[in-house]
Amino acid sequence: MIAVELVKLVRRPRTWISLVLTCALPFMVAVFITITHLTPPPGQGSAFLSAVLQDGALYPAAALALVLPVFLPVSTAVMAGDSIAGEAATGTLRYLLVRPVGRTRLLVAKLVAVIAYVLLLVVGVTVTAYATGVFLLGPSQAAAVVPGPGAPAPGGPVVPGGPGIAGQAPTAGLAPGGAVTSLSGTPLSLLQLAERIGGAIAFITVSMLGVAAIALFLSTITDSALGSALGALAALVASEILVTLNAATVVQPYLPTRYWLAWIDFFRQPIFWRDIQRGFGIQAIYVVVFLGAAWANFSTKDITA
Amino acid sequence: MIATRALSKRYGDVEAVRSVDLDVREGDRYGLLGPNGSGKTTLVRMLLGLVYATSGQIEVMGWRMPRHARQVLPHVGALIEEPAAYPHLSGRANLALLDAAGPGGSAGRRSRPQRIDEALEQVGLAGVGRRPVKAYSLGMRQRLGLAAALIRHPRLLILDEPGNGLDPRGIRDLRELLTSLNSTGVTIMLSSHLLAEVEQLCTRVGVLDAGRLVLQDDLAVLRAPTGLIAVETPDADRVAALLDGQVEQRDGPHLLVRGQDAAELNARLVGAGLRVSAIGAHQRTLEEVVLAVTGTGSDHIEGTS
Repeated sequence: MIAVELVKLVRRPRTWISLVLTCALPFMVAVFITITHLTPPPGQGSAFLSAVLQDGALYPAAALALVLPVFLPVSTAVMAGDSIAGEAATGTLRYLLVRPVGRTRLLVAKLVAVIAYVLLLVVGVTVTAYATGVFLLGPSQAAAVVPGPGAPAPGGPVVPGGPGIAGQAPTAGLAPGGAVTSLSGTPLSLLQLAERIGGAIAFITVSMLGVAAIALFLSTITDSALGSALGALAALVASEILVTLNAATVVQPYLPTRYWLAWIDFFRQPIFWRDIQRGFGIQAIYVVVFLGAAWANFSTKDITA
Repeated sequence: MIATRALSKRYGDVEAVRSVDLDVREGDRYGLLGPNGSGKTTLVRMLLGLVYATSGQIEVMGWRMPRHARQVLPHVGALIEEPAAYPHLSGRANLALLDAAGPGGSAGRRSRPQRIDEALEQVGLAGVGRRPVKAYSLGMRQRLGLAAALIRHPRLLILDEPGNGLDPRGIRDLRELLTSLNSTGVTIMLSSHLLAEVEQLCTRVGVLDAGRLVLQDDLAVLRAPTGLIAVETPDADRVAALLDGQVEQRDGPHLLVRGQDAAELNARLVGAGLRVSAIGAHQRTLEEVVLAVTGTGSDHIEGTS
C-alpha cells in the first residue's frame, strides 16, 4: 500500500507543480540579490541570507530558512489534508477500503507519502538552492570546503564581497582562512558539512510532521480536503503567534512551531543538541497524539462518501 | 453466500435499515429493489464493511463481516453507487493501482497486465484503456468501475445501481456480461430502482421499503401464474355477460377471468361468436408485485440514496 501511495504521489501533477513553486521562491530571491547586491544586515531578516553574497554555497541554508515558515507548512497541510478527505471526495476511498486495504494501513501509507513529499520538497529546495547559489551568487572565494585552513580557493567566477569571508550568519563570526564555517566560527570539513545538511534536512522534514498529523486527523473527520488543510494551517498560525507572545510563555514549549528554527543549531560547532532534541520530541508527541486520534476516528467511522 | 440476521442501522434518529434478514444463495442473481432512500446503499455498504451495523449480524461466504473483511473482500467485486477513479490517470493505471493496493497486490504483479486486459475486454473498454479517466463519458466510467470489480476474478459481485449512466446498449451488454459471469459460478447481487432491469436479469428478488425487507423470493415464484386468464376483447360487455361470475376484474377491453386453460376459454368465446384480440395466462409483473408490498407513499419520499 505504501508503494501505491508513493506511485500516486509521483504521478500527481500537483506534486511537481508545488515542488517547482517552492523552489522558485528561493530562486527568485537569489535573482534579486544578484541584481541588487542587497542583503539584510547580519542578525536581521531570514537566517543566513546576510551571508550568501559572500558564499553562494551557503544559499541552501538561506533557502530552507525562506521556505520553512510558510511554503513548507502550507504544502504539507494541503497534502496531508487531502490524503483521506480527497479520496473520500473522489469516491476512491470506498473502493480502496473494499479492495480491501485496512484502514490503519491506509493511514500509515498516507503519512509515509506525506513524509516522502516533504522530504522531496526539502531536498529539492536544497539542491536547487545550491545550484542557484553557486551559479548565480558564485562560490565563496574559499569555494569548496577545504580541510586545512588557509588553503587557496580554486577558481570560479569572482564574486563581489569580501574575500575569505564565509559562513556569515545571524550569530556567526568571521571565518578565518575562508573555509565553510560553522556559526560558531570554526571551520567544517566536507564530511561534517554533509552530515549537518543531512541532519538539517531530516529535522526540517520532521518539523512538518506535527502539521501533517493535525491535517491528517482533520482529513479523517471531514470529506473536505480544503477544510482539513485550512484547519491545520489555522492551528499552525495560532502556534506561530503564540510562540512570539511573551504572555504565552507557559505553553510555548508545547507548540508545534516552537523549535522549528533549531535546525540552525546543526551548523554550530559543536552541534547544539538541546533544542534539536526537543524539536524532535515535540513533533513525535504531535504525531502520536493526532495520528492516534485519526486512527481512533477513522477506524470506527461509517464511510458514507 | 450472504446472510444477515436482524441487521439494523441507525443514523441519529433515522433508521436507515431495520431488522433485515437478507438471504442471497450461491449462484443467485439477486436483485435488491427499493425506491431511493429505502436503505439499499446503506445495506450494501454494511455488507462490504464500509458502514458499521448498529445491531444484527452479517455473514458473507460463511465469514462474519466486518470482522473477517480480509478473508472475504478479496473474493468480492463491488460497485458502490458511482464508480470512482483518479481522473488524471488512465483507466489502465487506475486498475493497476487498485489491484496493487490490497492483499496479494505484489503477488499478483505478474498476472496484472493480463488481468487488466481481460477485465477491460469484458466490459468493452479494450480500446480506450490508456486515455485519462477525465476524458471518459459517464457510461465509460461505469464500465471502468465494473472492470475494477472484475479484475480479481471475484466469486461474488455486489453491484449498487450498475446500470446508472449506461445507454440501452450498455445495459444490454451489462446484462449479457452478468449472465455469462453467473453461468461460470459467480454469485451476483445488485441493487436497483429500475424494475425492468431487475426483472430481465435476476432470479431472486428482495424489496426494501423504508429500511425493511418487505419481500424476498424467487422471481419465478413471484411471477407464477395467478390462476387467472387475461383476455383482451372488443366485445368486453358480451364476454362479461357470458362469463358472469368468473370475471375478477374489468378495465375497458381488458378482463381477468378465473380459470387455468386459456386455449379452452378462447375456444368457448369464439364459439359464442365473440372476438378475442389477445388471451393468455395472467402473470403479475414485477412492478405489480413491488407496488403491492411497498407503501403507497414510499415512492414520493425522495431521499438521498
